[in-house]
Amino acid sequence: MYVAVKGGETAIENAHAWLAEERRGATDIDELSIAQIREQLGLAVNRVMAEGSLYDPDLATLAIKQSRGDLIEAIFLIRAYRTTLPRFGYSNPVKTGEMACDRRISATFKDAPGGQVLGPTFDYTHRLLDFKLAAEGEVPAALTAQPRTEATPHITEFLKGEDIIQDEPASDTTPGDLTREPMEFPSNRPLRLQSLTRGDEGFVLGMAYSTQRGYARNHAFVGELRIGKVGVEMDIPELGFAIDIGEIELTECETVNQFKGSKTEPPQFTRGYGLVFGQSERKSIAMALVDRALRWEELGEDNLGAPAQDEEFVLSHADNIQATGFLEHIKLPHYVDFQSELELVRKLRREAEERITPKEAAE
Amino acid sequence: MNEYNFAYLDEQTKRMIRRAILKGLAVPGYQVPFASREMPMPYGWGTGGVQVSAATLTPEDTFKVIDQGADDTTNAVSIRKFFENTAGVETTEETEKATVIQTRHRIPEAKLREDQIIVYQVPIPEPLRFLEPRETETRKMHSLEEYGLMHVKLYEDISQHGAISTAYAYPVKVLDRYVMDPSPIPKFDNPKLEMDAIQLFGAGREQRIYAVPPHTKVVSLDFEDYPFEATKADHPCDLCGAEDSYLDEVIMDDAGNRMFVCSDTDYCRSRREAGHVGRLVEENTA
Repeated sequence: MYVAVKGGETAIENAHAWLAEERRGATDIDELSIAQIREQLGLAVNRVMAEGSLYDPDLATLAIKQSRGDLIEAIFLIRAYRTTLPRFGYSNPVKTGEMACDRRISATFKDAPGGQVLGPTFDYTHRLLDFKLAAEGEVPAALTAQPRTEATPHITEFLKGEDIIQDEPASDTTPGDLTREPMEFPSNRPLRLQSLTRGDEGFVLGMAYSTQRGYARNHAFVGELRIGKVGVEMDIPELGFAIDIGEIELTECETVNQFKGSKTEPPQFTRGYGLVFGQSERKSIAMALVDRALRWEELGEDNLGAPAQDEEFVLSHADNIQATGFLEHIKLPHYVDFQSELELVRKLRREAEERITPKEAAE
Repeated sequence: MNEYNFAYLDEQTKRMIRRAILKGLAVPGYQVPFASREMPMPYGWGTGGVQVSAATLTPEDTFKVIDQGADDTTNAVSIRKFFENTAGVETTEETEKATVIQTRHRIPEAKLREDQIIVYQVPIPEPLRFLEPRETETRKMHSLEEYGLMHVKLYEDISQHGAISTAYAYPVKVLDRYVMDPSPIPKFDNPKLEMDAIQLFGAGREQRIYAVPPHTKVVSLDFEDYPFEATKADHPCDLCGAEDSYLDEVIMDDAGNRMFVCSDTDYCRSRREAGHVGRLVEENTA
């Protein structure tokens, strides 16, 4: 006779134990240390920090180790941890114009104050598997140069003088906080940027790519891409002034977009903006393209019905933690709903058969 | 897990959720936006219900969690364990003894009382979502009480299939005003939505909370000539013989033999303890 399935609890515990064993892998192989992951898989750590919305390389590293390298799972761990942290306040806006740049390139000017600095990029590597690495090749030290001591100005600043690029209106209003207020539509640019910077890299990339292929094309040039460290300052009310509370690495991309003008705006260049934790170049460029596409209304452009122009569509589906949770929940039991569907389909079939059968009999 | 606050969420967050709950109770069936938090379980796995439960529970409460009517389905076990660890509240499988019940996809068979709260996990809170994907549009439709689209959908069902082809998450109208998704409960459970207990609905990913206060009118949408009908498998329970409970169909062998058992495991257990027997128990003892 059927015995109701009991023992969900034991099954879960056993599954967890097996998972832990699988995570560790063969025990005759050395265990990965946190320091090894942090130092040698830095770009994975950056992605987890960016999409986890928490700047902490050590925690992101731990999450990667715990998740067996499943980055979305690692991002989830970081997000879940992040919500438990008390909110002490907000930092002042970071000054990316004062960034100590490791990399800074412009596709719009051959040279500009601050120069073109390639930095540690894959760009011009030939994508050939380096079999020497399999044998643990140590690398010779790279050459070093004297770092600039003066600030590296933003490229778009040079266009501003001519009034040929749209000025971004400065505002001291405190922007909304995506993690504290429910998202409501229509939204606004600060919230859109918050959503995009923590959005799934693959999703934002796909959206950006769609604009390049003609779904609301916005003719983007990379005006500037810079990666480096900036100081984070916070006003301390008890002190009455701002103090430096740390330093974070950021990737910033500003696109310069051709714009023929609209009913409300004169012909001038416009901008898209991307800012992402860590060295996250692909993501920041993609973010800038999508940001620009979402600005159609503010610039008086036509709504072409392209997915990347659709704020509700983009923002509702950019978050991989929401997406993966809902996608994967369909593996949870649905006996009850399925049973009710089963009854319904049986009933409809019975009725359909009754409708069909007498007709055949009459023929 | 002492490093976390009682029931995991910090007090500020709970206060924010309680405000949303109170607003929901004040405007029955209206979806209140709330700043849903990331929880340590995935979105779509009950994070809305968990947040509502966390904001509702007190240390004196007795908590019950069911999924598909059963206390021992894996996700129910996982959520119960979460609150055992983070809130240290007493838990139970007995509907009677629980003060707060979190559920996914079912309403218990036993009649709930005024001193009980039932918390539903909701995947898609918007009853109009699959008719109109845009939140901006559906909110407008609710505010204008413009539910024509829903009636057209139900009408088209009838004209195509001869019946309304919605078997679960069957839409209801609350207090003659808001059309509401009762979460994916089978329509068999819809008549129970008018009850003595407080009903709270939490949708974490979609950032919505809504509620039905006790003794509130809840009507399943239908037409005069095609009245709503609460249906279930046409069998008694094979274990306890109940004819009034919702049944799971279980495949027993390679020959495709089936048995029907109560989906509400606590209801079935209590009936068997009271001496009721179903077909398979009779055959076995005979």
